[in-house]
Amino acid sequence: MKEVYLDYAASTPLDEGVLEKMRPFFTKKYANPSSIHKMGRDASLAIGEAREKVASFLSASPEEVIFTGSATQANNGAILGYLRGIKNPHIITTKIEHEAVLLPSKKIEEEGGEVTFLKVDKKGRIDLEELRESIKENTAMVSIMYASNEVGVIEPIEKVGEIIEEINKKRERKIVFHTDAVQAAGYLNCNVKDLKVDLLTLSGHKIYGPKGVGVLFKKEGLNLSPLFFGGGQEKGISPGTYNTPLIVGMGEAVSLLKNKKGKETEKLRDYLIEGVLKIEGASLNGPMEKRLPNNANFSFKGVEGESLVLGLDSKGVAVSTGSACSSHSLKPSHVLMAMGLSREEAHSSLRVSIGRMTTKEEIDYFLEVLPGTIKRLREISGK
Amino acid sequence: MKNANYSKKALDHFFNPKNLGEMKGADLVGYAGNPQCGDTMKIFLKLNKDGTISKASFQTLGCAAAIATSDIICQMAEGKSLEEASRITKEEVVKALGTLPENKVHCADLANKALISAIKKNEEKR
Repeated sequence: MKEVYLDYAASTPLDEGVLEKMRPFFTKKYANPSSIHKMGRDASLAIGEAREKVASFLSASPEEVIFTGSATQANNGAILGYLRGIKNPHIITTKIEHEAVLLPSKKIEEEGGEVTFLKVDKKGRIDLEELRESIKENTAMVSIMYASNEVGVIEPIEKVGEIIEEINKKRERKIVFHTDAVQAAGYLNCNVKDLKVDLLTLSGHKIYGPKGVGVLFKKEGLNLSPLFFGGGQEKGISPGTYNTPLIVGMGEAVSLLKNKKGKETEKLRDYLIEGVLKIEGASLNGPMEKRLPNNANFSFKGVEGESLVLGLDSKGVAVSTGSACSSHSLKPSHVLMAMGLSREEAHSSLRVSIGRMTTKEEIDYFLEVLPGTIKRLREISGK
Repeated sequence: MKNANYSKKALDHFFNPKNLGEMKGADLVGYAGNPQCGDTMKIFLKLNKDGTISKASFQTLGCAAAIATSDIICQMAEGKSLEEASRITKEEVVKALGTLPENKVHCADLANKALISAIKKNEEKR
C-alpha cells in the first residue's frame, strides 16, 4: 500500500547524512566523552563540534548550549530550574503552549508561585498589550512558544523580547524570557540576539535529527538549579553520560537547517489548503499569514477527527487530530479551544504537516482519498 | 495518536459497519451523547409483532470505537426482546469486539445508553 507521511510536526525522518555522521559513535567511537584517554577525548571533541554547530545556528557561544535528553527536559529545566530558585515567582505563558511548558508552569503554581496564561485570538496570536498588563512586580519569567505545533501560528517573539528588554531597564528584578522554538527551528530565524531570549528550547527529531536529544540555550550568567543530580555534565543542568551519537546528530541536523526550503514547502502547503477547502464543510484553523510553512489544520463538519485519522490511515496517509477522542483526558485540543473554536470544530480537527520529503504527488494522493473518507464518515454520522 | 490499539474486530466494525444508517419507519429511536468528548449516537429499532427487535441501526458521530460499539450493539440487540436487550452490558459490548483500548471503554457505555434510551421510548409510549 501507498505510504504518505503528512505528520512532520509530530516527528521528522532522520536525515540520511545525519545518520551517517552518527553511526561511528555507536559502535566504534563509543568511549565515554568524560574519560581522559584518547578515545574519550575524541568523543569529547565530537561533542564540542556539535556544540559549536548549534551555537552558530543560534548566534550564541558554545558555552551557552546545553544538550538535554529531549525538548521536554529542556523546557522543564528552564521553567522549574529558574523559578524554583526564586521566592514567590510569577510566570507568564500562553494558553496554547505544549504540555512540556504548561505543566511545569502549573507545577510552579502548585508550589506557591503564580501563573498567568495569556489568551490568544481566533487565529492563535497573543495580545502584546495583555502581556504588558500582566507583568507584575514578582514576574520572574515569560515563556512564549515561537510557533504552535498544532496550528503553526507564529508568535511575535522578537516584539516580546523588545518589550521585556524595555521593561527590564526599569526593574531591579529582571524578567527572564524563554521560548519553546521546537517547531520554529526548521523555518524561522533562531538568532537569540535578535529574539532577545535568555532561554530557548530545540528538539532533534523535529528537524530531521534523532529522537532523544534536545537543546536548551541558556544565556551566559543565568543560573538554573538542576532538576537531576549526577556526574555534572552540561554544567550540572543535564547530567548523565553524554549520548555522543545523538548529540552529534543534533549538531549535524541543526547545521543542515541553513539550506532550508521554507518557500517551496509553503507553496506545497498552500496547494494542499486550496485543495482541502474545496470540500464542503471544510474550514481552515489558524491564520494564513505568519504561519509555519509546513502546517495546515482543518475542521470538517459532521466528522470526528480520530475516525478521520484512522480512515486516512487505512489509505496509507499518516496525519493527526486534536479531537478529544484521541486524547487520554478526553478533552479536545486546548489550543483549538483557546482559539475559540467550538467543541464540535475541535472534535473534527485534522492536522496535516508536511516536510522536506513531501512531494506534490503525495499531496495529490491525499486530496484524492480525503473526500471519500469524509463522505463515508458523514454517512455514518448522518450529518 | 495515543493508545490506538484497536482489535481487528473493532476495526472491521469501524470500516465495514453492517447496521449503519437512518431507519425509515423505526418503532423506537434513542439518542445518547457524551458531552465530554463530543460523540453522539442515535439508535433506531424496528420491532416484530411479538415485541422482539427485528432490526437495529445507528448513526454515530464519533471515533472508531464509538462507531464499532454502535454497530456491534445493534447486532447484539437484534432478535432479543426489549427487556433482554436492555440487559446488554458495556462489558459484553467490549467482549464482543474482542477488546477496546482502555480509554475507549466509555464508548461501549455510550452505545449502551443509546440503546436503552431507545428501549425507554417504548415504556413512555405505554
